[in-house]
Amino acid sequence: MKYAYYPGCSSESSARDQHASSLAVAKALGIDFVEIEGWSCCGATPGHHTDRVLAAALSTANLILAQDMGLDVVVNCAACYSRLKMANYEVLNHSDMRKKIAEAIGRDYNGRVNVKHFMEVLLEDYGADALEKAFTRSLAGLKVASYYGCLLVRPNEVTHFDDPENPKSLDNLVKAMGGESLDWPYKVECCGNSLSLTTKSELVVSLSDSIIGMARAAGAECIAVACPLCQVNLDLRQIDIRKQTGRHYDMPILYITQLIGLCLGIPVEELGLNKLVVSPSTIINAVKAAA
Amino acid sequence: MTIRIKKGQTGKGLLDTVEKMSGVDLGVCYQCKKCSCGCTVSNHAQSPPSEIIRRLQLGAGDELLNNDLIWTCVSCETCFARCPMGIDMVSIMDALRKLAIERKAAIPEGNVPLFNKAFLKTVNIFGRTYDLGLMAMYKIGTSSYRQDTEKLPIILKKKKIAILPSWSTNRKTVKRIFEKVRQNKESLK
Repeated sequence: MKYAYYPGCSSESSARDQHASSLAVAKALGIDFVEIEGWSCCGATPGHHTDRVLAAALSTANLILAQDMGLDVVVNCAACYSRLKMANYEVLNHSDMRKKIAEAIGRDYNGRVNVKHFMEVLLEDYGADALEKAFTRSLAGLKVASYYGCLLVRPNEVTHFDDPENPKSLDNLVKAMGGESLDWPYKVECCGNSLSLTTKSELVVSLSDSIIGMARAAGAECIAVACPLCQVNLDLRQIDIRKQTGRHYDMPILYITQLIGLCLGIPVEELGLNKLVVSPSTIINAVKAAA
Repeated sequence: MTIRIKKGQTGKGLLDTVEKMSGVDLGVCYQCKKCSCGCTVSNHAQSPPSEIIRRLQLGAGDELLNNDLIWTCVSCETCFARCPMGIDMVSIMDALRKLAIERKAAIPEGNVPLFNKAFLKTVNIFGRTYDLGLMAMYKIGTSSYRQDTEKLPIILKKKKIAILPSWSTNRKTVKRIFEKVRQNKESLK
C-alpha cells in the first residue's frame, strides 16, 4: 500500500505530534507514505473566505503534484482534507471553475485524484480486522469520547466521509483497540478553531468548554480526535476555560493515531505524546497487554 | 426577527449578485430554520443564517454586509449539511464576505479580514503558512499584543509553533495563483 502523503502546514508547527504518530503507525503497518515533493498550503479557511478560485487553485496545485506521482492522496488534517476534496468537487461539478483553476495554475486538472483521510485508509484499505490483529496492546476498560468536529464529515456531498450526523469511524477504531467508545451527543459539533487566533477567542473558549464538558458528563477519560485544529484547540484552551469559568477538566486530548500507536506497541516518544498540553499519562498507563 | 421593507424599494438588492457568485438558488428556501438551529455561532451573532437568507430574498442591500454573522461564521458547514433543499449556505457566506470587503462594510470585533490577509500573505511568500509571522502581523494590526501571551511559554515548550518558516519548493505556482486571481479581480473593476 502506497500513498502520496500531504502533511499540511500544521504538521510543521502545532501538529508535529499527529505527523510523527501517523508516520510511525503507517511504518509499523507497512503502509508506504511518500511525501508530496513541493506541497503547499491548501488555502484553509482564509482561502475560501477570500476567493473561490484562489481556494480551489491552491488545493488543486497539490492534487496535480499527486497526479504526477500516480498515487492516491492521504491526509491527516480535517481542514486540508475538506479543502482538497472541495477542489475535486469544484473541478468535477463546475466546468467554468475547472477552466478558471487551470488558468490560475497554468495546467488543467481533471479532478480524479482520490483523496483519503488516514482513518479511511486504516478502516477501508488496511481493514479493521487486519488492524485488530496487528494490535499487541489494548485500551480495555478505557472510556473514550470520539470527536469528529466539522470538516471531516461535512458537507457529506463533498467529503463522503461516514455519516454526517452520527459518524462511527473513530468509534470503530477505538472498539478495535478494545476501548469503550462512548455514545455522546457532541461528536460533530464545531470547536470554532477558525476564529481561534483572532481576538474573538472568548467564543472559541465557550465552544470548547461545552464540548469537553459534554465528554466529561458522558464519562470520558480522554477525547480521541483526528484533526490538528480540534486537538490544539481542545487541549490548549483548557487553560482559558479554567480562567474564564473556573472549570478544571484536565481532559487528555489524543490523536487517534497516538492511541493506535500505543496499541501497536510503538514507543511513547515516537508518538509525540510529550507534546500534549494536558498530560496523557493516565491514558498511557491504562494501555495493557492485549488479552 | 423583524425585517423592515422600505416602501417603493426597487431592484433586487444583493440577491442576484450573491446567487451568481455562489451558484446557489436562494428561491428554494422555505424558512424551516434547520440551519439556524444547528448553527455553531448563531447565539453569538446578530442574525442566524435563515434570517440572512430571508433578508436577501426580501431585497436587502449593502446594509446587510454589516451583519456580524458574516465574520462570526466559522464555516463549520452544519447549515449546508442539514438543509433539506441542499442550499450551500457556506458559499453564500463566502460571497457575502467577499462583497463586504469589496464594498468596505463594517468589520466587527475580531477583525477576521485582517487575519485572513495575514494568513494568505505568508502563504504567498512561503507557499505554506507561517504561524509566527501571521500572528505578528495580526497582533500589530489589532494591537492585541497581550492576548494569549500567557500561553506562550507552554506553546514554546511543547514546540507547538515553528520558529522558522517552512518553504514550499512549489512557491512559483502558489505565487502565480495569487497573481492570476489578483489580475482577474482588477479586470472586473
